[in-house]
Amino acid sequence: MIYPYIPHTDEDRAQMLEALGLSSVDRLFEVVGEDLLLEDSVPIAHRRTEDEVQRMIDSIAQRNIRGISFLGGGCYDHIIPSTVKALSSLPSFVTAYTPYQAEMSQGLLQAIFEFQSMICEITSMDIANASLYDGSHAIVEAALLMVNAKRGAKKVLVSETIHPFALKALGTWVLGTEYEVVPIREKDGVVDLSGLVIGDDVGGLIVQSPNRYGFVEDYSGIADLLHEHKALFAISSDPLSLAIQKTPGQWGADIAVGDTQSLGLGLSFGGPSCGYMAVKQPLLRRIPGRLVGITTDAEGRRGFTLTLQAREQHIKRERATSNICSNQALAALMTTIHLSSLGWHGMVEAARQSYAKAHYLAHHLGQLPGVEVMNAHPFWCEFPVVFHDAKRMRKFLQELRNEGIFAGVRLSALTRKDTDELVLLVAVTEKRSREELEMYIAAAQRVMK
Amino acid sequence: MIEPLLIDKSKKGRLAYCYPSLDLPRSFDQEFAYLPSHLQREGSARLPEVSELDVVRHFTRLSRMVHGVDNGMYPLGSCTMKYNPKLGEEIARMAQFTEIHPLQDISTVQGCLSVMYNLLEDLSSITGMSWGSLQPCAGSHGEYTGLKMIRSYFLKKGDVGRTKVLIPVSAHGTNPASAAVNGFDVVEIASNRKGLVDLADLKSKLSDEVAALMLTNPNTLGLFEEDILEISEAVHEAGALLYYDGANLNAIMGKVRPGDMGFDVLHLNLHKTFSTPHGGGGPGSGPVMVNDLLRPFLPKPDIDLREGGYVFDWDRPDSIGKVSMFWGNFLVFLRAYVYILRMGSEGLRAAANHAVLNANYLAKKLAPYYEIPHTGGIMHEFVISVKNYKEQYGVTAEDFAKALIDEGYHPPTVYFPLIVDEALMIEPTESESLESLDAFIAALIRIAEKAKSDPASLKKAPVSTPVGRLDQVKAVKDAKVRY
Repeated sequence: MIYPYIPHTDEDRAQMLEALGLSSVDRLFEVVGEDLLLEDSVPIAHRRTEDEVQRMIDSIAQRNIRGISFLGGGCYDHIIPSTVKALSSLPSFVTAYTPYQAEMSQGLLQAIFEFQSMICEITSMDIANASLYDGSHAIVEAALLMVNAKRGAKKVLVSETIHPFALKALGTWVLGTEYEVVPIREKDGVVDLSGLVIGDDVGGLIVQSPNRYGFVEDYSGIADLLHEHKALFAISSDPLSLAIQKTPGQWGADIAVGDTQSLGLGLSFGGPSCGYMAVKQPLLRRIPGRLVGITTDAEGRRGFTLTLQAREQHIKRERATSNICSNQALAALMTTIHLSSLGWHGMVEAARQSYAKAHYLAHHLGQLPGVEVMNAHPFWCEFPVVFHDAKRMRKFLQELRNEGIFAGVRLSALTRKDTDELVLLVAVTEKRSREELEMYIAAAQRVMK
Repeated sequence: MIEPLLIDKSKKGRLAYCYPSLDLPRSFDQEFAYLPSHLQREGSARLPEVSELDVVRHFTRLSRMVHGVDNGMYPLGSCTMKYNPKLGEEIARMAQFTEIHPLQDISTVQGCLSVMYNLLEDLSSITGMSWGSLQPCAGSHGEYTGLKMIRSYFLKKGDVGRTKVLIPVSAHGTNPASAAVNGFDVVEIASNRKGLVDLADLKSKLSDEVAALMLTNPNTLGLFEEDILEISEAVHEAGALLYYDGANLNAIMGKVRPGDMGFDVLHLNLHKTFSTPHGGGGPGSGPVMVNDLLRPFLPKPDIDLREGGYVFDWDRPDSIGKVSMFWGNFLVFLRAYVYILRMGSEGLRAAANHAVLNANYLAKKLAPYYEIPHTGGIMHEFVISVKNYKEQYGVTAEDFAKALIDEGYHPPTVYFPLIVDEALMIEPTESESLESLDAFIAALIRIAEKAKSDPASLKKAPVSTPVGRLDQVKAVKDAKVRY
């Protein structure tokens, strides 16, 4: 039987078996033993041709429905320049392995170096790694770094306003370990850092801005307080928001984390996205994951290579700073191409327009009966709308969906709490046109009148 | 060929992308307040200011300084660098998938959920396990998840003393690292002369303090652990569980099932076994699969097919919770699903057969020139040792690797597994034809001859690349990791 991904002809097989002095390929599996070798194929479908698979997938794809998206909750529908898809699809980028062999991977290493540099520039930090899995993973790695960096540290303080799924991922991490995640309560939608108690067993504090509601938080004085107690400060942010809001570095944070989904990655049902982590210089040897550095060859030519690998699992095994091996390199490349295309000017434009359009929609929704727009704090591109009753909220979502509009993310879908049932997170990016905003407003007015 | 950093080509005022201008009513500017100044960013970030063509040329040039499977043979042991079908790439770029938000109403994402559900069904059949979760984003993330489930399983039973995980010395570095991240103590198990788990050593280390044994089978020497049933019995008798590192599943896919070997939990590497591209280091996908015992502990939400369609099931009280932001690397699932659809059950078996045939053919042809310390039952990969060349001619495994670069090949994995001196670990995969194997053999023979006749020349390799061997000490000392 012929498979297009297996090039062997009958003649090839015969020749190879002859070289091995074997009568059949089965002989090579004798070591497995009869008890374990399956006689038949596993019960999955028979092979299909390319055309058959394409048709099948087309029909599956039709069961996905796209809409004009005002959905956020950690994943946003931003404009992506055409360069991103075209250049990140170049076959050698797509089909290469991790650049362990530096001499034949210079292009990939340089692209990662540029990624690291851009993340440092955006977050105002010193060192960024080559990527982590996603924003929640970056937060878990930050927590792990905190308990490892300080002797006797067992606790990590975590704001309750970080993304609910990231909080769940932290909950998974501490299961069965000696570590503890201590939640820091919120007050009116932002973290309440007054009365922060930082004991000797506290490794650090993790906060997020814009937070789970979209609010921009104020961390005045927090870094100094933590540093007095030798605890670390980590801020998680949507990196696009850092074009306009104060950066982790400017707040005095030691660690900046987040997800570059908003920088060229699209929605893709939530993955792949790309976690990032950037740290201050003293944490150079503690940062998890791969790092690319500049060096020279024997002739003095500039070259890039993976470096400081003594932190990593393939060298240090159980004493590594993290267990991460594969990361999200191709997604990091997409972000690098995206940022290269936008430049600083474009990045600011995307962040500002998202801000303006979100405030325009919030302004109009705020005038509707039956809902309240929570705006006690500054927000960027996402804001919570509280409905007075559940029935009306369902009708609102349904009617807007009928017009092709995905009106928002129910907070309860993230927190899994009934008490959040009436809260809708509405996200607006620069991609939403004036016409789409007016459609939303008009439909909302009809439902809520 | 040196490509400057893009930032060094910046010219103020040059643009590669233009946003549509903001078209809100002018009067609106007065109706909302901008961020208060103390919350505003100070200063700008240095990003390239270049034209669109500058961006295109920069990344196109960089891509020419990268070697992928599409460029040439990639016999990198334990990484299964097989061909990544173009159909998968095409489908993973369909807007009907890339433009779907993870938090859309469930009725609008039935296509995505059907891919995930059907993929899980196929993976269950292939591995002989009950069910799984697609959330883990890579192999080591799968290990983390699987070990967390083991931890939760014992805690639920009230068995709090099982704090150790046994790991063979030949294991991937991620195994002990993942165990440590989960708070386990790592205990190493010796290999015997054949390169397999030393049963006596294993049995002496099993106790009521052991939570699990992590095993790769075939192991990192490419050998099938022929005592696996006895190992499984011993581990379970001690009350511990058996973890399968699926990195090497390609050797036995569709022919032998980890579930039948007695494994309780495993992770797969969709980016190895199921032909999804490595992307220069990721994104991968590391689904965990479990038997009935561990099923309650799978990450949530689970995916279920109920009347009316697919749903996310969050009502799983014993679940370890979430391990990734949303549902995992969906576009990777899609590619793996397409691969399985294309190959079918017989095709997966054929892939394993040919991967093993190719490795054995290579080993046979190379044996006259290279020492292969462990030859008993080679499967999909094997490890050669150039210890003799090092002793006699001073040529190391690294020198052989760099010389292969000048022959146009990506080198095998070097200096791993740790139990073989001067190791080169070769995995051809089923993708390579007889002609391409013969060419690779010829290249290795040429290098072996050169190692004897002109060892100094190998020390200088590679010479065909944009840069030669790099100063690693300087890279660490200077630690220049950004512009």
